[in-house]
Amino acid sequence: MTEPQSPFQFATATYLTRILNQQARNLAELLQGLEECSDGSVFHHTFQSLGRHHFLTEGFSNDFAQWALASCNQPGLAERLASLDIRDYPSLKDLRADLLRVMGEYAQLHPAESRLSAFEPFYFCESVEVTVPLSFQAESLAEFRDGVARLSHSALNYHFIASRLRLHLGTNDFSNWLAKDLGLDSLARRVNRIDIYTNTIQSMQKKLIALIDQEMAS
Amino acid sequence: MSVAAAAPAKLVRLDNYIPVVGEAEVAEIRALGERLTGRTVQMVNSTSVGGGVAEILNRVIPLLEELGLAVRWDVITGGDDFFAVTKGFHNALHGGAWEMPPESFNVFLAYNEQNRARMRFDSEVVIIHDPQPIALINAREAQSGHWIWRCHIDLSHPNETVWKFLEPFVRRYDCALFSSPEFSRQLPIPQYLFYPSIDPLSEKNRELDEEYIRSTLERFSLDPKRPILTQISRFDRLKDPVGVLRAYQIVRRYFDCQLVLAGGGAADDPEGGVVLDEIRKTAADDPDVHILDLPPWSALEINALQRASTIIIQKSLREGFGLTVTEALWKKKPVVASAVGGIPSQVIHKHTGLLAHSVEGTAYQIRFLLSNPAIAEKLGEQGHEHVREQFLITGTAKRALTLFLYLLNHS
Repeated sequence: MTEPQSPFQFATATYLTRILNQQARNLAELLQGLEECSDGSVFHHTFQSLGRHHFLTEGFSNDFAQWALASCNQPGLAERLASLDIRDYPSLKDLRADLLRVMGEYAQLHPAESRLSAFEPFYFCESVEVTVPLSFQAESLAEFRDGVARLSHSALNYHFIASRLRLHLGTNDFSNWLAKDLGLDSLARRVNRIDIYTNTIQSMQKKLIALIDQEMAS
Repeated sequence: MSVAAAAPAKLVRLDNYIPVVGEAEVAEIRALGERLTGRTVQMVNSTSVGGGVAEILNRVIPLLEELGLAVRWDVITGGDDFFAVTKGFHNALHGGAWEMPPESFNVFLAYNEQNRARMRFDSEVVIIHDPQPIALINAREAQSGHWIWRCHIDLSHPNETVWKFLEPFVRRYDCALFSSPEFSRQLPIPQYLFYPSIDPLSEKNRELDEEYIRSTLERFSLDPKRPILTQISRFDRLKDPVGVLRAYQIVRRYFDCQLVLAGGGAADDPEGGVVLDEIRKTAADDPDVHILDLPPWSALEINALQRASTIIIQKSLREGFGLTVTEALWKKKPVVASAVGGIPSQVIHKHTGLLAHSVEGTAYQIRFLLSNPAIAEKLGEQGHEHVREQFLITGTAKRALTLFLYLLNHS
């Protein structure tokens, strides 16, 4: 383990949800809305939604998939939308392109279903992020462990999920610091493999701490 | 009239919420608050007691003050003629007819002007709640603080005459806050989602002794050994109590269960009495249907009934946010509810409860849950977590702090 070049600064992000003047009443309108909405809206309905619903560890992936299932009764489309893994996308542009591809293919194959009225409209929203540095930082693995144990859900979400878009590297803040600053590549990889879809934020935090404990004991 | 937030029976501090939301969450709220120490906020509404808005302000303002913000709460005054107009507005904004004389608008403006003249608006953030004081925006000066309109009501289908009168005022605010995306309007100003919330430490939501729950069931002649289906709501057609009863009658063909329809409003509302008669007629002397017309001070009894229930139903035809659903989810109860108003924000179908669109659908979902208690339990657990994340009073405080930070940093 090397001395860190810079300490890990713990922070948190809280979000305001901005309601946009944009709605979809069927799948065709959802497709159109997704073409036009802001990146903040794509983020809100995918990355942010996963963070908000972290306690759902079976079958919840993003707002688009949930709406296709619950409001449009289209389980096939819902399954395909839900299977898009946000960890595969270093940018919102790429994620939006794949969401559009899946919806576009569905609309082509099922034009009538795409025009059926949904039970409930889809309301496009976007996230407005307010970031706040916390009062503690880490200069060693032990301090890092203590800091991780003190983090709220929002802070864990910020460092472990939302950070993937900031870094554009297919990794997260924790793994990035462990690899770059402490030279702990293997630990960084194991941390990055923690599944954010099948873990709650708390279980993710516990696994992260367990991995650090293992590393410190070795 | 300036008011101090009404002191609850026992002063609730932020630290009291640590067992509920965790130390990290409370520390984070404090971290947000530290950045706002000494910043000034003014709340304006139309009553200091009674009603959901006053209840939320009475609980959230002490938390904001504990964090070091200087919060002033002003209540507008008006005569009976003013409140008759604002009640007319309220009904019309919910989609009802507007049948008041044209001069009502002048009455409304005159009282707003009277309040504007006697109040001062020197805070950095001014939050005007609901339509009653909306025209106070006339007090805004060029270099004054941020003005926010907090709308607690459903504007999805407003009466056009009343909305056309109010909308020009709304457009002059910096932003508007709505309880659900469904309640918002197409507006040129930013609109933000501000969920209402429940207080987990209040009488209606706090943990209860098993003994108290047992004695409440005994008092209302309910059998704790058989499933209890419950809807808590006013005896109002929009809550569709007769539809609930019909769904129960379908379920009864398969399950030996009991139905509780508990609420109030029948004594002082002529329509409530009519609805109550309809329910009694439909119930046709079924001894397992328990119609409880409760007084307004029944928070503990409602808490106990919710906790003792096997399934909570909210089969509304129209709904505001539906805080009775929030209360049920907080108590880890499986919920079967209509997909109206703010309910779909709370009941994520098949994750935190089940949505239904008809009497038959409601009955089917109830039967499904009675047949699958493990699924019912899981929905209840996940519903509880959903409320913890989104719909508690601590979340309201955090959202407010986030908004203040955002606005004050972007001035």
